[in-house]
Amino acid sequence: MLLIPCPNCGPRDETEFHYGGQAHVPYPENPNELTDTEWSRYLFYRENPKGIFAERWVHSTGCRQWFNMLRDTVSYDIKAVYKMGTPRPDSSSRATPETGTASTGPDSTTTGSAAPSTSTTSILSTTAPEGATK
Amino acid sequence: MAETAASPTSADKNLAARVSPAKQLAEAFAAGSLAGTVELSEVPFLTMVGLRADAGSETATRLAAVTGGLPAGSGSVATKGDASVLWLGPSEFLVVAPTEAHESLGGDLIPALREALGGDSGQVVDLSANRTTFELTGPRARAVLEKGCSLDLHPRVFKAGTAFSTEIANIPAILWKTGEESFRIFPRASFAEFLGRWLLDAMREYASPEVP
Ligand SMILES: [Zn+2]
Repeated sequence: MLLIPCPNCGPRDETEFHYGGQAHVPYPENPNELTDTEWSRYLFYRENPKGIFAERWVHSTGCRQWFNMLRDTVSYDIKAVYKMGTPRPDSSSRATPETGTASTGPDSTTTGSAAPSTSTTSILSTTAPEGATK
Repeated sequence: MAETAASPTSADKNLAARVSPAKQLAEAFAAGSLAGTVELSEVPFLTMVGLRADAGSETATRLAAVTGGLPAGSGSVATKGDASVLWLGPSEFLVVAPTEAHESLGGDLIPALREALGGDSGQVVDLSANRTTFELTGPRARAVLEKGCSLDLHPRVFKAGTAFSTEIANIPAILWKTGEESFRIFPRASFAEFLGRWLLDAMREYASPEVP
C-alpha cells in the first residue's frame, strides 16, 4: 500500500486515490489538422519509463482534487507532488538515475511522507499561480 | 421530526411517510449498543447543503456570512449555532444543520445561501437526501472505527471538532469527531445499510456480555 501525500489533505492510503496516467500531455492546439496517426499518438501513446515518471492522481474519496506526482516506477518512491498546471519540478537532485539497475529499487519501500511534502512546499512557492489550468 | 397533528396537513403526511436509509436497522442498532461502552444510532434527515465557491472569492465571502464562516483547510469545521460547515475540498463544503433548518419545514438556511450565491459561478445544492448520519459514541467508539479507517484516530492527532472525507470499511464516508468520544459518520444513503451492519459487527466484541 502506498501512502500518498495529497497536497490538500496530507498522507492518505493509496485506495483513496485514482490514477490518471501520464502528466503533461498537452491537448493538440489544432486537433482538426492532425493526421489519424498524430491523433492516435496523442490519444493512446504514453511513455513507460523505468525510473522517475510524472503522472496524474486524483484524491477520489478525499478532496476530489487532481494533482501531479513524480514517482519512481522501480522503487515506487514518491519524489514530489505538485499542482496541476505547474511545470514538472527538477527531480535530478533526488532522483535515482533512470539507467540504474533495478536491483536496488524494490528493497526501498515507500514509507512516510516527510520528503515529498517538503518538496511540495518548495515547489508550490516557486511556480505558476493557481490560475494555470491542467 | 414533525408529529402528526390532530388534523394532519399534507406536509405532515409527507414527512411521516419518509423512510430514512437505515430505518430497518434501528432495532439492531439499539440491540447492538451498550451504554457506557459503545452506542450506535441513526440521526435521520439532517439538513445538508453542498457549497462550491472558490476560496477567497466574493462569493465565498457572501456564503461565509450566512454560515458564520467557511472552514479554511482539510479537517476544519466552521460552526455557528446549530449549523456546521465541513471542509470537503479547496472549493467544496458541506453544511450540516438540524432537520428543521430545511426549507420544506420553513427553514431559511438554504434560501439564504441561494441568495448569497446569486448568479455567480458556484453551487448551493440541497443534498439532505444524499447521505444519512450515524452517531457512534462511547469509550470504544474509536476502537470500532480503527478496524476500518486508516486515518490516525488517536486523540493527539484527531481532535474533537474536526472532520475528514475518507474511507471507512472501504467505502467513502465523511468522519466528523464531534466530541472526545463521539463521532458522526456520513455515508451515502445507498451505503447506509452496509456501513450500519459493518459497524454493528465491529462493535460486537465490545458490546457483548463478557465471557467468564
Ligand atoms: Zn486530498
